[in-house]
Amino acid sequence: MSEFVTLAVALVVAAITYGTPLLFGTLGEILTEKSGCLNLGVEGIMFTGGAVGLAGVYYYEKMGSPNGFVAVIVGLLCAFLAGALCSLIFSFLTITLRANQNVTGLALSIFGTGVGQFVGERMRVTEGGYIAISNEMKIFFQNSPFPRFLQDLPVIGPILFKNSIFFYLGLLLAVVLFLFINRSRRGLYLRSVGESPATADAAGLNVTLYQYLATIIGGGISAIGGMVYIMTIAGCVWNHEGLAGVGWLAVALVIFCMWRPLNAIWGSILFGALMILYLRLVLPFIPTQLYKILPYVVTVIVLIFSSLRNKKENQPPASLGLSYFREDR
Amino acid sequence: MEPVCAIELRNITKRFGDVVANDRINLCLQRGEILSLLGENGSGKTTLMNMLSGIYYPDEGEILVGGKPVSITSPREAFHYGIGMIHQHYKLVDVFTAAENIVLGLDEGGKLDMKAINARVREICEKYGFDIDPSQKVYDMSVSQKQTVEIIKVLYRGADILILDEPTAVLTPQETDKLFAVMRNMRDDGKAIVIITHKLHEVMAISDKVAVLRKGQYIGTVNTSETSPQALTDMMVGHSVTLNIDRPHYEDPQPRLSVSGLSCFDDEGVKRLDDVSFTAMGGEILGIAGISGSGQRELLECIAGLHPIAQGTIMYTPEGKSPSDLVGKTPMQIRKAGVAMAFVPEDRLGMGLVGSMGMTGNMMLRSWRKGKSAFVNRKDPNELALQIWKDLEVVTPSTNFPVRRMSGGNVQKVLVGREIASAPSVLMTAYAVRGLDINTSYTIYHLLTEQKMKGVAVVYVGEDLDVLLELCDRILVLCGGKVSGIVDARTTTKEEVGLLMTRVGGKEAE
Repeated sequence: MSEFVTLAVALVVAAITYGTPLLFGTLGEILTEKSGCLNLGVEGIMFTGGAVGLAGVYYYEKMGSPNGFVAVIVGLLCAFLAGALCSLIFSFLTITLRANQNVTGLALSIFGTGVGQFVGERMRVTEGGYIAISNEMKIFFQNSPFPRFLQDLPVIGPILFKNSIFFYLGLLLAVVLFLFINRSRRGLYLRSVGESPATADAAGLNVTLYQYLATIIGGGISAIGGMVYIMTIAGCVWNHEGLAGVGWLAVALVIFCMWRPLNAIWGSILFGALMILYLRLVLPFIPTQLYKILPYVVTVIVLIFSSLRNKKENQPPASLGLSYFREDR
Repeated sequence: MEPVCAIELRNITKRFGDVVANDRINLCLQRGEILSLLGENGSGKTTLMNMLSGIYYPDEGEILVGGKPVSITSPREAFHYGIGMIHQHYKLVDVFTAAENIVLGLDEGGKLDMKAINARVREICEKYGFDIDPSQKVYDMSVSQKQTVEIIKVLYRGADILILDEPTAVLTPQETDKLFAVMRNMRDDGKAIVIITHKLHEVMAISDKVAVLRKGQYIGTVNTSETSPQALTDMMVGHSVTLNIDRPHYEDPQPRLSVSGLSCFDDEGVKRLDDVSFTAMGGEILGIAGISGSGQRELLECIAGLHPIAQGTIMYTPEGKSPSDLVGKTPMQIRKAGVAMAFVPEDRLGMGLVGSMGMTGNMMLRSWRKGKSAFVNRKDPNELALQIWKDLEVVTPSTNFPVRRMSGGNVQKVLVGREIASAPSVLMTAYAVRGLDINTSYTIYHLLTEQKMKGVAVVYVGEDLDVLLELCDRILVLCGGKVSGIVDARTTTKEEVGLLMTRVGGKEAE
């Protein structure tokens, strides 16, 4: 195998690792935005999800006789619930009280980041300055669920079979979301709520219920992304800086993949690659900060092109970001 | 014995505050029948039908479906009784296909099988002669196709009582013919259909029975075969009511605004004004009558420079100056030249006022260019706001109170007051008294008359014929974008104006 191929495979594998948290963050936000709610609080939700997910696994392990499989479930559940709770606040403010979604989302971003920091630091202080999952547990979060011989295949082994279990969960979720949104009756109704709540309302759909459920479940899914980041990339250790910016990337990625769950798969891998490019491809005189803006630059370019083409299917849900009030004219 | 009515209304009364929108209405509609509900704007047609479709609930009286009294409290329940209403404003999702819109909100359970749904939609289309592709996206559709989707939506849900609210208002004559053909098919299939309209020739063409409403009152039901446009007009406009609006003569009227051969198209390419010519004189109130949507709005917008003009000239003669053409000038130039417009749309705030600003802020919308300072002058607009507040008795806590939160009548006073205060030489108002109580209306009539006596050419677009007849000097009647006549308001009769309003291109005048 030539050196180049080895390098390329290593880059793709790293891109998948970094893309997986983004994939969850993005899929959750797609579900939310399809209902017409623009939840900009993903950053905060992922922070909270990361901290609470880690806490859940840490204390589960401390209870004694831990099972790796159960630990993964505990992590997923804790993160999901934390994200759902954050989104419930958002839903209540924007859907019931009809607060401005942008403002509320930004507030939630700051609030969620704070909650995440608080939970993480509080754990760190009470547990003596260092929070980490034992190595026996780590492998369940970080290693591939596939048998050894598949992982050892040249080139496709590392790319297809050597990733953490969360990558495969993410793929499954993307397909499920795609089928739900584009092929199912409820998905059609959900889209109609995001496109034109007045129409959905007139058709007898419960707009409020759809928006609440989509936002809460979407927030939960996004929060899992935060947990995945902590458990895989950050090495199962609380690190109050690692997560910064991932949530915002997820929001940008939603636009990048045109609100389509299947696009989110390759989109998140691409964004993952852009996130780590500065580590792998070092060019002289180019500061790392320039690399780090790459995902946003790509998003802007995609926005420009999709606006130029002006195809209706590629536009955001028509009522995205607007509160619905039946008696408004 | 008479067959049981598919739907029957008994003594239905509906009030909005002090306004009685429907006063003891009785109606009966049988299967296999098309009933036209005829009446001027504001006569309560839509309110009545909204009670059938579950949007409003009647204050008194009862509704019987198939002979049994029912209570319809929501659109969903209306569907349950087989009542489907096609509103004037379509409720469709743009990025969905026709079929996806049609099944929206239905609880059929199971998988979303678009193939089966498309097939069912096609079946309905064939049965009644609709021409539509179920997998076409709504954003690709014309207005009449969108309407077709709305009708199929109702049929798909199994409605057998259909209510169409002014379905022809947005259609071309050819599309209207198509719609009527479909309606006849549905009638022959045993459906009961109500069509709300105020176009007499359509009433004569499509319906079996005509029910006439006037200002919320039920006038009567007649068989179409036994009546004539003349008789229906009489029922619709009723006898003249004396309002005692002061109408002084202005001594020396001068031509101020001469419009000739004006034509324009709307965004969809439909001709909205067709060869309109008239002259508005200084010192005169020129009334513009017509069924809503006959081109009143477009006419004023063309003059104000807000609507592109396809053809024609608009010559404007300011006091003591030579005439100049307004076509091609910007709205700002036209306004500066002294042509002011106060348009009160259905939602009142849509044009001319910013809802979240107070009276002072809205006054500044007209004056912010004045003065040389880098800062806008707030003092003068505030004084103007205070003056309007006092003179027109606007009910508001302060001049900075957002106009959005004021009552509709007060919003209108602010709008009209501001336009008058700009001391124009042509003042155009549309629906200036829409929704106002009687006293406020009179205040506005006086303001307009005052302007007229100052030599201003006032153009007054109105809905109430009684007011037009007493306030204006001359009345221009629009019908389908054409001028069907200009009459002297002092000598004409309500019947004459009413007939001019409803005839199309002179064809139906007898």
